[in-house]
Amino acid sequence: MNLLRKIAVTVFAVPTVFAFQSHSAEAEAPARSLAPYFAPATSSPKAPDNEGFIQRWLLLEPIKKPIRSNTLFTDTWVRSNLTTEYFPDQFTVVPHNGDKVTVAGDELAWHALDSANYNVKLFRFAYGLNKQTYGVLFWAVTVVDSPREMKNVRLAVGSNSASMWWVNGKEAVDLFGDRRMVADDCVSKRLTLNQGRNVIRGAVINGPGLSDFCVRFIDENGQPVKDLTVNLEDSGK
Amino acid sequence: MKFRILLASAALISFWSARPALALDGAPFIHDPSTVVWCDGKYYTYGTGGGGLMSEDGWTWTNGAVRPGGGAAPDVIHIGERYYVAYASTGGGLGGGHAGAIHVMWTKTLDPKSPDFGFKDNNIVASSDGVEDCDAIDPSFLLDPTDGRLWLTYGTYFGFIRLVELDPKTGTRLPGNEALNVAIDCEATDLIYRDGWYYLLGTHGTCCDGANSTYNIRVGRSRKVTGPYLDNIGQDMLQGGGKLVVAASGRVTGPGHFGLMDLGDGVQKFSCHYEADLDRGGRSVLDIRPLLWKDGWPVAGDNFKEGTYQIQSERSGYALELAVDFVRMAGGRGGFGGFGGRGRGGPPGGTNAPGTNAFGGGPPGGGFGFGGGPRGGGPITPIASQTLAQVSSNWPAGNIDLRLGDFMFRPHQEWTITPVAGAGGYPGSPYFKITIAGTDRALAATADAEVVTVPAFSGAPEQLWRIDQLTDGTYRIMPKAVPNSSEPLVLTAVGASTPTLAKFDPSSDKGRWNFRMP
Repeated sequence: MNLLRKIAVTVFAVPTVFAFQSHSAEAEAPARSLAPYFAPATSSPKAPDNEGFIQRWLLLEPIKKPIRSNTLFTDTWVRSNLTTEYFPDQFTVVPHNGDKVTVAGDELAWHALDSANYNVKLFRFAYGLNKQTYGVLFWAVTVVDSPREMKNVRLAVGSNSASMWWVNGKEAVDLFGDRRMVADDCVSKRLTLNQGRNVIRGAVINGPGLSDFCVRFIDENGQPVKDLTVNLEDSGK
Repeated sequence: MKFRILLASAALISFWSARPALALDGAPFIHDPSTVVWCDGKYYTYGTGGGGLMSEDGWTWTNGAVRPGGGAAPDVIHIGERYYVAYASTGGGLGGGHAGAIHVMWTKTLDPKSPDFGFKDNNIVASSDGVEDCDAIDPSFLLDPTDGRLWLTYGTYFGFIRLVELDPKTGTRLPGNEALNVAIDCEATDLIYRDGWYYLLGTHGTCCDGANSTYNIRVGRSRKVTGPYLDNIGQDMLQGGGKLVVAASGRVTGPGHFGLMDLGDGVQKFSCHYEADLDRGGRSVLDIRPLLWKDGWPVAGDNFKEGTYQIQSERSGYALELAVDFVRMAGGRGGFGGFGGRGRGGPPGGTNAPGTNAFGGGPPGGGFGFGGGPRGGGPITPIASQTLAQVSSNWPAGNIDLRLGDFMFRPHQEWTITPVAGAGGYPGSPYFKITIAGTDRALAATADAEVVTVPAFSGAPEQLWRIDQLTDGTYRIMPKAVPNSSEPLVLTAVGASTPTLAKFDPSSDKGRWNFRMP
């Protein structure tokens, strides 16, 4: 009953947030932080976790995207809105940590982060940065190094809510509709990972709710691909 | 244990009984069939009186199998390079007596056209003198998978069902072996083994009375091959116990002579005859049906019946659907009538940046959600189901991809499944076409081992589907052919929401499906 959940979040959470904001103005609430959900990406390569989930990502601060309801998220609407160009080189850039883009007058920064969890909690990313948390569009990029060419692997994604994902510039898998995050929810067709560098790019949109995603590759037998590394140090190259 | 037989709606039964039965095709006329065995590209089964049936696909059956010796109720087993055949030459009241004799012989092939065909070493392995409490007919083999020992049961209502041990290298009776009584009040027994249990299946009821035959197959089980065989309430088969496996149904009466067909990968079927197929003039016919297991007991499944269904993934519970825009239907705002009028406009300014948030600035009551529902006892009227015409106008004309979506009763999730005449089949069933209900848009396998829908059914092998019920009651769905592939692949939920074709994994729910009536 996803709709009810999201409606409930809207109806009941809003006064709570207002109350918190009112209180914080009087009592100086603790400063928001990305911890414990994220830590800055380190310079050493990072392997996927034990289940193959990729935890190191470049995340762009959320693009404001007014959305009346997640029921908008039909195939056509999501595809149209997630393939719209919001910033230059949106589908090709592999940014550095701290790079900035401007979207509709808002300057947004890229953050190279390691997720503490298998899933990347975009809501906590936005909240921790004091950014808008609902009605937002996130962009995520990572660079995966493969020790060899891997044929017939699949990109497996779960996201809250709708999302689209590209591997090495090609659209790989789409998650349409008002989705909750389920590991391996939608899976790409069989694809080939290059030996060496492979760029994964995703866009996740959400109205109300705790936006997040999880991504891994699975092999022909459905088992996670774990012998990969992520290194964002030379991501801009 | 999952056990889902989802087909028994009154509507479906009514529909089913109104059209010809989907019993086996061809000329499947036989009485007292042996276990069905595979040999050199064909299935074979033998019946009373000599001869038997054969089939290339398990669906269309013809005469042509050859068995010398005549007599009654044979059985067949394949061990090494030999096919052993057992049959009763006398007894069973044939000619008025119960002095029976079980013969065992062997041949290297069952193909009567092969130079290797020819039965050898015809030996009597058990007999009855016509006075003792046993009638040596209706033999059946079990090669014990745990230790390789070969057993044979035999007997009928005249006294006991007995168990003897044979030499698997020769098919002869082991020296010194004494027959053991294991059951009464049945005939046409068969032993099978599964998960540490030996199951003794026997046929109860009356034989050989056409549409009035009351034959039905029952079972008891034991931890030892030698028994005791107890039924589901603990009654010994030596006291007449036996749990029902299959009885008359539809337009067929008198199932008897169980024979296991283990097709591997968790697919088990069984052969039997019906004493009478009312759609075939009441003649006795062969059938092959799924074998299900419920709480450690075998139960007859049903071969897939044509109709309109939603195809539900056992993995995720999602429905196989066209990857098209979800079209909202009437009734989206009325579910919470008590909240009516507030809408989702929310407080001006919303929760974040004013003017930019999804929840800011909307006019009270003008948003989505709680507004608009009937309140205060207003009239409650039915909402019409969504129709194909309401949603299909924007569907692409060409191929449309598939996915698994929230299980709803919507037109893009409804599939009409129809047998295809002349397209062949597999044990128990013909191939089916699977089309979006109300259209000719057909499910098809692709050359890259994915699934898609094509605008129109052409009859191509990649558009023909085999639907096998698995032992847990779910179904396996596989194309007759995958272009550019010789590997058998099945419809598989590779992701919770993503279907593909992959090798079937019996240990996983990814390749298991249910069929539900919309």
